[in-house]
Amino acid sequence: MVDVPLGPAGAVPPTEMEDMELYHPKSWVTKYVFSQDAKIIAVQYSITALSIGLVALVLSWLMRLQLGFPGVFSFIDANAYYQFITMHGMMMVVYVLTALFLGGFGNYLIPLMIGARDMVFPYANMLSFWFYLLAVAVLMASFFVPGGPTGAGWTLYPPQAITSGTPGGQDLGIILMLVSLMIFIVGFTMGGLNYVVTVLQARTRGMTLMRMPLTVWGIFTASFMALLAFPALFVGAVMMLFDRILGTSFFMPAMVEMGQQLERTGGSPILFQHLFWFFGHPEVYIVALPAFGIVSDLISTHARRNIFGYRMMVWALLGIGALSFIVWAHHMYVSGMNPYFGFFFATTTLIIAVPTAIKVYNWILTLWRGDIHLTVPMLFALAFIVTFVNGGLTGLFLGNVVVDVPLSDTMFVVAHFHMVMGVAPILVIFGAIYHWYPKVTGRMLDDTLGKLHFWVTFLGAYAIFFPMHYLGLIGVPRRYHDIADMAFVPASAHTLNAFITVVALIVGAVQLVFVFNLIWSLYRGRRADGNPWHATTLEWQTPETPPPHGNWGKEQPVVYRWAYDYSVPGAAQDFVPQNQATIAHAAARPAG
Amino acid sequence: MTSIFLFLAGIGAFGGWWLAKQRLTARPWLEEGAAGEFPGTEALSIPAAKIGLGIFLAVVGALFALFISAYSMRMGMPDWRSVPMPRLLWPNTGMLIMSSVALQWGVVAARRDDLDVVRVCLLAGGAFSVAFLAGQVLVWRQLTDGGYLLAGNPANSFFYLITGLHGLHMLGGLVALGRTVDAAWRSVEPDRLRQSIELCALYWHFLLLVWLVLMNLLTGWADDIVAVCRALLT
Repeated sequence: MVDVPLGPAGAVPPTEMEDMELYHPKSWVTKYVFSQDAKIIAVQYSITALSIGLVALVLSWLMRLQLGFPGVFSFIDANAYYQFITMHGMMMVVYVLTALFLGGFGNYLIPLMIGARDMVFPYANMLSFWFYLLAVAVLMASFFVPGGPTGAGWTLYPPQAITSGTPGGQDLGIILMLVSLMIFIVGFTMGGLNYVVTVLQARTRGMTLMRMPLTVWGIFTASFMALLAFPALFVGAVMMLFDRILGTSFFMPAMVEMGQQLERTGGSPILFQHLFWFFGHPEVYIVALPAFGIVSDLISTHARRNIFGYRMMVWALLGIGALSFIVWAHHMYVSGMNPYFGFFFATTTLIIAVPTAIKVYNWILTLWRGDIHLTVPMLFALAFIVTFVNGGLTGLFLGNVVVDVPLSDTMFVVAHFHMVMGVAPILVIFGAIYHWYPKVTGRMLDDTLGKLHFWVTFLGAYAIFFPMHYLGLIGVPRRYHDIADMAFVPASAHTLNAFITVVALIVGAVQLVFVFNLIWSLYRGRRADGNPWHATTLEWQTPETPPPHGNWGKEQPVVYRWAYDYSVPGAAQDFVPQNQATIAHAAARPAG
Repeated sequence: MTSIFLFLAGIGAFGGWWLAKQRLTARPWLEEGAAGEFPGTEALSIPAAKIGLGIFLAVVGALFALFISAYSMRMGMPDWRSVPMPRLLWPNTGMLIMSSVALQWGVVAARRDDLDVVRVCLLAGGAFSVAFLAGQVLVWRQLTDGGYLLAGNPANSFFYLITGLHGLHMLGGLVALGRTVDAAWRSVEPDRLRQSIELCALYWHFLLLVWLVLMNLLTGWADDIVAVCRALLT
């Protein structure tokens, strides 16, 4: 074997970077509980988020039971139904998806993928998790207070969110929700600063920005967006808390409640909607951009093909990030705003489809003539592309004012956002867990169980959400607890609703197979070597698996190439790790 | 929402300018080789803590820009009655300026390694800040005594909320300043101390800037600008 030096690259310049100072834990508690190691924090974040995800899943079951079989389950009255909707939505969007992508994958992957020993502010990173856990605890506490959790809908629109007709509106429910969100945002800010500054400052030698894997680009861009978008939710939450507790009228208009004139004047509910969606729309991309990044890496690795159009992928990520701040009011077409406003936001909304489509084309072109391995992570990645395209296309419908207005209050919208923001990112999360589990634990997840989990989840999700588009088109309204007696809803819609509910129960149940796989494989799974997928990125090149505190042993790695040297013509192997200086050529291998 | 728009446009312009220098047009698939061959692509030479603070200030800036947006939208409603500005706000502003000046002086002294002056400056900065906060509490009391209660009118509500939030940020800064004072007395490494003081000074200048903007807004001097901005979007 002959090593071919590539230009002057053979010699490594002396290190100019100081090695990171690391905090070394001294006891079990500081090592595993109050840990400052990003990898432990990542696992803490992930376990908490997945647990909350299971709670939110059960809530969706309960909602579906009511919609599929109205009146059969007497404990699901209208109040309970709205509480389930609200908690399911808020938990999934903020406490599961955001926390899992940024707190979970961000913490685990950023330092390892850029060759750092840890995050730059480990103490703040630890606090970030504990704030998150506190936020979750406060949110869960609302199930146990008098009046139960808030039932205001996940958008928490005033005035109904804090009036007595809404569950939790005049009880503790809404207060706990708002306080929990504020704690979450404070905690996230500490984590987000870490993710961004670590990418900017702690990259190892040779890791230029344009050599970073797209996963890191996605999480980096999303973290930055989240840092700027979450304050809007914070402002809205503080002001609503003032309205609820101190009697101010930021959002509360003059209104009559139960025949009584309230002591409020002139507040603006629309103001809240602006604040909420100024956070809420970027939030969609805060979840989507890490998913875009991760899926790029999964596809490239499992198709043994360099990512097509890497530069364009990076630019598209940045473009989507910037554009997502000027589309928020497309969630408010029916709020009675100025038609020119609607025109502006419809235009920006459609423009954002351009960089998004570039990404989809590039994924497909990466697959083109690739050596596709249908591993479980790859199956999930492919399923993501299909689902995201489906959800994205209905997004183009809804982005147009004239189409949105009649569809806005129907199940069509529910089907759209579940496809694009629920199912699609969750598929990436599953794919990513199957992909990186061997690095986190040193063992592989079981393949057969994984495939069972994939097929039931993927086909089931389609069986749930495809018919739901149809329900929306025939006018079945969303946010309704009971549509049994509505004359305009045909009997077939009820049959379809029952079908969707049965499938939802099955898809929910198969997630337990996944949980079982996670636990069983931890002890019984096949042992994985350091790089079971033959991937190029740095996290697979650690000296030990699972990587210990400090990640890299004595010396941090040096990076010589980009993250996607798969199937390089003439190379001995079909991948060249980023920290490999020279390419060993197959042709130069001695005969025999 | 004009102010948050403008704020984010500013952040975006800065981000774009910075990214433009990062060789985003590079073709990484053609560029094999070790570090150092591609100028301008290494990590920044600014310490991580300073970049962290910079980004944190962007977050805090977004927070206040959003409050200003909400304020300017809400003040267009017919029930808005402006709050009369207590004169005490002037000396308070003076205190805030003094604290900022004291900390800047501390930065200069720290660069000269003049530890005695540094200690005096830090204490003076802290004292002026506490005086500012006390003054703000007095302003609140004057207003409540004058019958301008929190829930009385949205203008009152915004006044208490925004000044309160600004005060909370100052309190948080005082915790950091307290740790820096402690470090100045324990004579830690001069480099570390200098960095802490620089971070404190930067934060104080930022809070001063935010305060000056808020003063303009709350006193109504910026009403015309607000009206123009609102007209742009409606």
